[in-house]
Amino acid sequence: MKKIIEDRSPLSLRERAEGEGKTPSGNYLRAIGAVAWKDLAAELRSKELLSAMLVFALLVIFIFNFALELDVKTRDSVTSGVLWVTFVFAGTLGLNRSMAIEKDRGCLDGLLLAPVDRSAIYFGKAISNLAFMLIVEIIVLPVYSLLYNTNLFQPGLLLIILLGSIGYTAVGTLLSAMSVQTRTRDVMLPILLFPIILPVVIAAIRASGAYLQNMPFDQILPWLNLLIVYDVIFIAVAFMVFDYVVEE
Amino acid sequence: MKTKPSALKALDIASLILLAVATYLALVFAPTERVMGDVQRVFYFHVATAWVGLLGFVAAGVTGIIYLRTQDLKWDLVEQAAVEISLVFFFITIILGSIWARPIWNTWWTWDPRLTSASIVELIYLAYLMLRQGIEDPDRRARFGAVYTLVGAISVPITFLSIRLFRTIHPVVIGNESSAAEGGFAMTGDMKIAFFFALFAFTIIFIDLFWNRIRLGHLQQKVEQLKLKVMD
Repeated sequence: MKKIIEDRSPLSLRERAEGEGKTPSGNYLRAIGAVAWKDLAAELRSKELLSAMLVFALLVIFIFNFALELDVKTRDSVTSGVLWVTFVFAGTLGLNRSMAIEKDRGCLDGLLLAPVDRSAIYFGKAISNLAFMLIVEIIVLPVYSLLYNTNLFQPGLLLIILLGSIGYTAVGTLLSAMSVQTRTRDVMLPILLFPIILPVVIAAIRASGAYLQNMPFDQILPWLNLLIVYDVIFIAVAFMVFDYVVEE
Repeated sequence: MKTKPSALKALDIASLILLAVATYLALVFAPTERVMGDVQRVFYFHVATAWVGLLGFVAAGVTGIIYLRTQDLKWDLVEQAAVEISLVFFFITIILGSIWARPIWNTWWTWDPRLTSASIVELIYLAYLMLRQGIEDPDRRARFGAVYTLVGAISVPITFLSIRLFRTIHPVVIGNESSAAEGGFAMTGDMKIAFFFALFAFTIIFIDLFWNRIRLGHLQQKVEQLKLKVMD
């Protein structure tokens, strides 16, 4: 800090960025953390988004209960499907809201003015979106376990849910940044998002279904691999194209 | 730009003739398949239209990347043309396939990798067109369109693979057939002629439509510019 104040030559900014090898990556991570923390702090104070997502998720489970007659026999085979439809629907609610907040009062423009790499904003938003989704899932799982007397707190299932949520938010954050800038806004997001995240939904439903029915691990492994591959590919793609989505 | 270039006119006529010949070859010239009967004739156009749909799909993804690199609006026109052609031809493929599947698989539809992937491409491209409609600024419209086709072009093969992890019943006429496929057959010489001619004809038709659509896009741009000029 002292050094920065002392150094007043016009080149100092660039020198600092180029000269100190560690600083740029440190700055990058700090920017990601700042964007994510801003969202989480705002949410912890208002709780608007989380409460809406949660109530919505519980309502979806209720509707499924009557739509599918979740009795003991059918429960085993449909639990994973019900869970993932609930997560996906509740997720769009969260994604829409979290980007709409940025757009509404010009906060996104403010963020873009910050002297950090644009992709840091993407990762920050993606992390906060992922956090919201995971919080909702952490609450929905025990409620579902209670209501239907099945234990969903199994490490394998939690891993599948984590991987699925990562893929979902990686694409969802990118596409929600696009959909808030269109005329139809909220309506647009599920239409854009659902066909793209279909592989995640298929793999996650299959993997968690196989896990819940105690199938051998070599039946689950291909789906797990698929989830990991999807996550890696789409995080990389979103990282590369996010610039074009927020460019003015 | 004002009148249609004569090469394009010639291509229009050529594709019409080719379409007529391909129809004759598929409906009259090719022998009737022994087990399936006349409904098998759908195959020639089914594969040819699927091929055109695929060409459009690949072209859209590639031009999306080129647009993002160059930021030249002309590539946006090409991309949109590819998407529209792909949308229409995959739709024809699905309809033709359903006509064939009803007697052979005893169902109009099954959730097979190819069927699902083709219909997902349709949905992605419908979403693409809706996305474009909701954006006024041409640069942003082009950027978002390019990003979305790129994301779609990566996602659809993964969808295909993920459904392939289940069993499939779709026949594979060219290449290795899986044992679970239903409705497969081996092509005779005349069938091959009809088949490859249909592929060729539809490739020419694809180029013709592509060219026409790009030209239309240019004209559209010009009209918009003129309108703005008149308003000023």
